[in-house]
Amino acid sequence: MNWLRSVMMPPSGSEYAGQVDDIYFLIFWISTVFFFLVAGLTAYFALKYRRRAGNDGPTPNITHHGGLEAAWTFLPVIPLMLIFVWGFHGFVDARVAPGNALEIKVVAKKWLWAFEYPNGVRAVNEIHVPAGRPIRMVMTSEDVIHSFFVPTFRVKQDVLPNRYTDLWFEANELGEHVLFCAEYCGKGHSDMIGKITVDTPADFDEWLETGGDLGKDLPPAEFGKILYRIRGCYTCHSLDGSVVEGPSFKGTFGTERKFKGGGTAVMDENYILESLMKPQAKVVVGYPSTMSTFQGLLKEREINALIAMIKELK
Amino acid sequence: MANATLVTPGLRVMAEALSPEPPEPNYLNAERGLWSWLTTVDHKRIGVLYIISILFMFFLGGMAAIILRLELLTPERTIMSADTYNKAFTLHGAIMTFLVLVPSIPATLGNFVLPLMLGAKDVAFPRLNLASWYCYIVGAGVMMASLIYGGIDTGWTLYAPYSTETSGGVGLVLVGAFIVGFSSIFTGLNFIATIHKLRAPGLSWFKMPLFVWGMYATSLIQVLATPVLGITLLLLLMEKVLNVGVFDPALGGDPVLFQHFFWFYSHPVVYIMILPAMAIISEVIPVFSRKTIFGYKAIAYSSMAIAGVGFVVWGHHMFVSGQSSLAATVFSFITFLVAIPSGIKVFNWLATMYRGSITFEAPMLYAISFLLLFAIGGLTGLFLGSLAVDVHLHDTYFVVAHFHYVMMGGSLMAFIAGLHYWWPKMFGRMYSEKWAAIACALIFVGFNATFLTQFLMGSRGMPRRYYNYLEEFQPMHVFSTVGSWFVLAGFLVMLVYLIASLRKKRADAPDNPWGARTLDWETSSPPIAHNFHHTPAVTHGPYDFYPQERRI
Repeated sequence: MNWLRSVMMPPSGSEYAGQVDDIYFLIFWISTVFFFLVAGLTAYFALKYRRRAGNDGPTPNITHHGGLEAAWTFLPVIPLMLIFVWGFHGFVDARVAPGNALEIKVVAKKWLWAFEYPNGVRAVNEIHVPAGRPIRMVMTSEDVIHSFFVPTFRVKQDVLPNRYTDLWFEANELGEHVLFCAEYCGKGHSDMIGKITVDTPADFDEWLETGGDLGKDLPPAEFGKILYRIRGCYTCHSLDGSVVEGPSFKGTFGTERKFKGGGTAVMDENYILESLMKPQAKVVVGYPSTMSTFQGLLKEREINALIAMIKELK
Repeated sequence: MANATLVTPGLRVMAEALSPEPPEPNYLNAERGLWSWLTTVDHKRIGVLYIISILFMFFLGGMAAIILRLELLTPERTIMSADTYNKAFTLHGAIMTFLVLVPSIPATLGNFVLPLMLGAKDVAFPRLNLASWYCYIVGAGVMMASLIYGGIDTGWTLYAPYSTETSGGVGLVLVGAFIVGFSSIFTGLNFIATIHKLRAPGLSWFKMPLFVWGMYATSLIQVLATPVLGITLLLLLMEKVLNVGVFDPALGGDPVLFQHFFWFYSHPVVYIMILPAMAIISEVIPVFSRKTIFGYKAIAYSSMAIAGVGFVVWGHHMFVSGQSSLAATVFSFITFLVAIPSGIKVFNWLATMYRGSITFEAPMLYAISFLLLFAIGGLTGLFLGSLAVDVHLHDTYFVVAHFHYVMMGGSLMAFIAGLHYWWPKMFGRMYSEKWAAIACALIFVGFNATFLTQFLMGSRGMPRRYYNYLEEFQPMHVFSTVGSWFVLAGFLVMLVYLIASLRKKRADAPDNPWGARTLDWETSSPPIAHNFHHTPAVTHGPYDFYPQERRI
């Protein structure tokens, strides 16, 4: 039945995922049996007892049957309790992280995921984790409710603005895993997607050492384009002049910008830097003041790369 | 008798026109003019007013759904922006739950049929009944007025703090839903009083048709749960307008509290939608099997059990919300218990068909569709009640598919079954059985095409309320969208043949076209304004199809 698994479930990225799939398929087979029981009896009775010559007279006066009714009241309790208990077991396993877990702090906000490792390394939307080691995400939100959902690990947890919630997983499949936001959070909800790359412990250590040194071999403008995707700029700013949530970057560098509450400024390096660090300081007329700060989330090199990219968008 | 063969339909019309006694006026033509409708206190007319209003809202909500499915044909933009998409799914959800499914069966068919089934002249409080309809209209109007302010993008669930912080006409929707809540409470109160006080002589509790039992259980939930929704909406409104911190952490509130309040109403509301549906199925299946209902008392008691237990399972919407794991475990356990009374009903309906004499007119076709679709809806609930599996499936398309199977495959199919069942009674006209069968087939096939695929998308990890999606999901989205066109076609066919039946010049429906045994079929079709000339005497049970046989 492995083919059925591959049809109905995303690939399995952890041992726990297999456990969830086992419960899923237990319920699947129980419900399949019950469905075909109901559908089969409906079809059989509909055919056999359809009104026709010979079946047009009085029908038998069967009002109830104690034994039968007791049977279908109490027998289903057995599969139901089986499902409950097994599902409960899986849930307990998923709720309690092992003590040796690697803790990663997660801050969710419209519409990106920001991460911080114990050694201070920060990342946005794209992170690396080691295989074979439990990872515990300690999460909070800066604005509305989000939800951290990795289908391949079968884990999900709402991320709340007023407290910490957590989840854990232990990946055993190397490669990339998709992270979704599963709690509706507005315009960029479906773009609030991250990527979790599972490395061998050695590769992970190297990645952590270099601080997630992305794009070191790229020219700044090219690197900027990558950052534009993975830092989530694209959820609000387009590169082609179309208006999303905020103003497009196209052809803006060096032009004069008008701000809410009066005032103008030419869009230069300093203006871009200020907009990243203090986005509410100068908000362009006609756009909402929704952007949150990238203070501490972007390195010097990354800011330069973004500026280089914007400069090139004539 | 020799003349009988000569009497062509035309001659019969002439004979009637010349006859000294014109046909007795019925509730439709006893009074005339718009004003007589807007000031009516006749439960039948109020039922018809509700049918017109709810079908109109259903049309709006349905169009929103068709547009949503169109947008989802491709990832990224197809026909609208992300913002418009979010507003469209909010509109679809809010209309379909608050303005269509909650009032659909009780306020329309319940209003029309319940007093007839009890042998009563009207409901206990006719003026309150009219007030209920006005609450609905005013509330619906206020909710729709939010569209003038650009609509709202919160989702019908209105989760805080998103709903507190977003712009647009959220306030209007809150006020509108608050007012609509009263229409629901009024209907519930009215039915409870009517069932207790206005039963015909001899109609003891266990001789009542099961439809009445279903309405009774539903009314209890409406009266007990709706005020909680009202309070929640008011608190949210206070937070938005007066900055009183209740749910928004920025003001010192707790967003999980909102979810508890919301689901404390909105889970029982599922039973406000499904109990009346089960009530209709419990009428249609015995009548079209021409066989007494199997396990009358079990069906009646299971309605009450569902109404009771339904109040203590709300936390199963919140397994990943941050509520305590212990609470989640208790809610999961009780959720599995609520499966049992639903199962009992399904087996009872099947046993009723056993050794029956079954015919397949439109009401029975929709009832059978209900059985199959509701079975899928109920069984997929087992996945979501199971803690570990729900964590994976929560807020994915699996949930969307599950509740559409229960709400549309269950509630709405039963509503349509009931509409077809009582249509001859309500309007005195038969519709085309052939076209009804075609419409039913289109809707059944289209519905499954639309939503079976969504189970698959959901278990594969496609989150709900996504404007943009990963390319691997596109083939399934396209399939689902094409399915929705079949559903649309089915409903358009239904619209045409139902209107065609109303345009027939002469009432052609017999008083009791299906051979039913409940009191509602003992009056004329359409009924006279006061329902019965004399209070009917209850001489047989509601499902005694062959009264010569002795009852046990």
